[in-house]
Amino acid sequence: MSHLITLPIFIPLIVAIFQLFPFFEKQIERQRFLSIAGASLTVFVSVLLVMNAANGQVTLYALGNWDAPYGIQLMADRLSSLMVLLTSILLLAALIYASAGDDKTGRYFYPLMMFQAMGINGAFLTTDIFNLFVFFEILLIASYSLLIHGGGKHKTSAAVHYVMLNLVGSVIFLFALGIIYGTLGTLNMAHMAMRVRELSPDQAQLAQIGGLMLLSVFALKAAMLPLQFWLPRTYASAAGPVVALFAIMTKVGVYSILRIHGLVFGDHAGTLQDLGQDWIWVLSLLTLVIATLGVLSSPSLKRLAAHLVILSVGTLLIAVSFGTERSIAAALYYAAHSTFAGAALFLIGDIVAEQRVRSFDRIVAGRALAQPFAIGILFFVVAITLIGMPPMSGFIGKLLVMQSIDSNAHLIWAWPLLLISSLASIVAFSRSGSTLFWRTTGKSDGTNASARRKFVAVWLLVLAAPLMSIFAGPITEYTEATAQQLTQFEKDPTQIMGKGVIR
Amino acid sequence: MEMLISLIIGLLTAVGVFLVLRGRTFPVVLGLTVLSYAVNLFIFSAGRLVIDGAAVLNSGLNTPDPIPQALVLTAIVIGFAMTAFAIILAIRARADLGNDHVDGRLQTDGEKSK
Repeated sequence: MSHLITLPIFIPLIVAIFQLFPFFEKQIERQRFLSIAGASLTVFVSVLLVMNAANGQVTLYALGNWDAPYGIQLMADRLSSLMVLLTSILLLAALIYASAGDDKTGRYFYPLMMFQAMGINGAFLTTDIFNLFVFFEILLIASYSLLIHGGGKHKTSAAVHYVMLNLVGSVIFLFALGIIYGTLGTLNMAHMAMRVRELSPDQAQLAQIGGLMLLSVFALKAAMLPLQFWLPRTYASAAGPVVALFAIMTKVGVYSILRIHGLVFGDHAGTLQDLGQDWIWVLSLLTLVIATLGVLSSPSLKRLAAHLVILSVGTLLIAVSFGTERSIAAALYYAAHSTFAGAALFLIGDIVAEQRVRSFDRIVAGRALAQPFAIGILFFVVAITLIGMPPMSGFIGKLLVMQSIDSNAHLIWAWPLLLISSLASIVAFSRSGSTLFWRTTGKSDGTNASARRKFVAVWLLVLAAPLMSIFAGPITEYTEATAQQLTQFEKDPTQIMGKGVIR
Repeated sequence: MEMLISLIIGLLTAVGVFLVLRGRTFPVVLGLTVLSYAVNLFIFSAGRLVIDGAAVLNSGLNTPDPIPQALVLTAIVIGFAMTAFAIILAIRARADLGNDHVDGRLQTDGEKSK
């Protein structure tokens, strides 16, 4: 099964194309079946990939049999496989949720979701930086259309900002690629890492500009501080299942920082050693501050979820900025947990908005929910997870991140901010929870109960919290091995070059 | 020639950035287009500029680097699609929001309020 690695890209692609054919195009039931089947298959394939990677095997796949650095090479190491698995599970949950009726509010919902998943998976699997750009564009153009799925004023005006910002981001990405190709003469990440060590000083200066421009693009995707303003409005206005899949998009940015700035501009990069690391450290702290304020001031449940996404990005980037094995391992655990919990909270917000009809998910007294008990349990579990209280995965994730900070100078800044952000989350969750579930007027007649499929989808995501906590041992072993693997690649990039090792 | 090319790229970028910062969607879309022209030229020149170079097939001494040309081709196609999408979105925003301001509302301090 040497072609296994291509399947997380090809399955969504083929499913999406088939859905545009007449047999499926107007038949929503057939589309639902095909998409969920495709997503399940992708989950299965990514589990296989993770199992392969867990044995320490690094799968390299030269597309069209053109060896790197001339051809594009896909790579499934521990990190990529883990991220692909996260995406696939998220996709499956989002599709199950959407099949309860949200897919009918606009056209081409399923093909777009599939294209988006294809773009995200591709971005995780490729080792070619220009190919990364192409996959970014695939996931972005799908996300542009998905964002306005369902229509409405808010979506359109949020989409205008989102699209314009990301188009400017793409332009900066291309400028950075031009500089990097001009100085390093290659686009393969491992080859870049080799070349960057032998740069002359004047070339190094140019490469530094390129590297920092790349960092700013990834920061835009990850919603790091000065570039996070687009996120709350965009995420709060999008349809529920769409935004559940968007929950992984900020992680694509963080992943790219980890992959490229860890490998190419890492500890062995000569004059460009640890490029941008100080920036990430300071900005991640400031991201935490602004996200904490955002969490406290959120007027609706989806806005709260969006600010919690920024909060998780801040926490992640603190761990990433140290770049030690321990902190990267902690970051990966935290990334997995926060993706699931964040997506679950968006879906819960969507269910609440559906059942309260007029007051939507705004945190104000309103009509009673039709299924307060079923939603309440989900809300409670997700709240505990996102706050970071035991026994859920959020507690372990936050603990790992805090433990991984080993210097006192850093500790003084990071610990208080992390703990205060948790406190702010407790305040925000108790305020929103008590308002939404208890301060209600009248009783619901139960007519606007949500479909059972929606709860199945949310449970699929929510169950990750206790499971990740129970199986924290094996998972942290995996993430620690991942971090070790990344440091090895950094020491000797030739091992991920495939056959065509050329200086 | 290097001077000329870099001046052109710089000028295009400056014009693009200026237009992108405008308040209405039409200049912004124009600005994005101009920016993508600038970036395409830039990538093209990343493979070094050669005068009277041979085409790829003729293996002369002055063969230009073919990779940036391939990259530019990809970037042009993607930029084209993105511009098309941005225009459609801008038209839809004009219809949905009633004006073509990027924030969806007109400035209140202008001659027209709301």
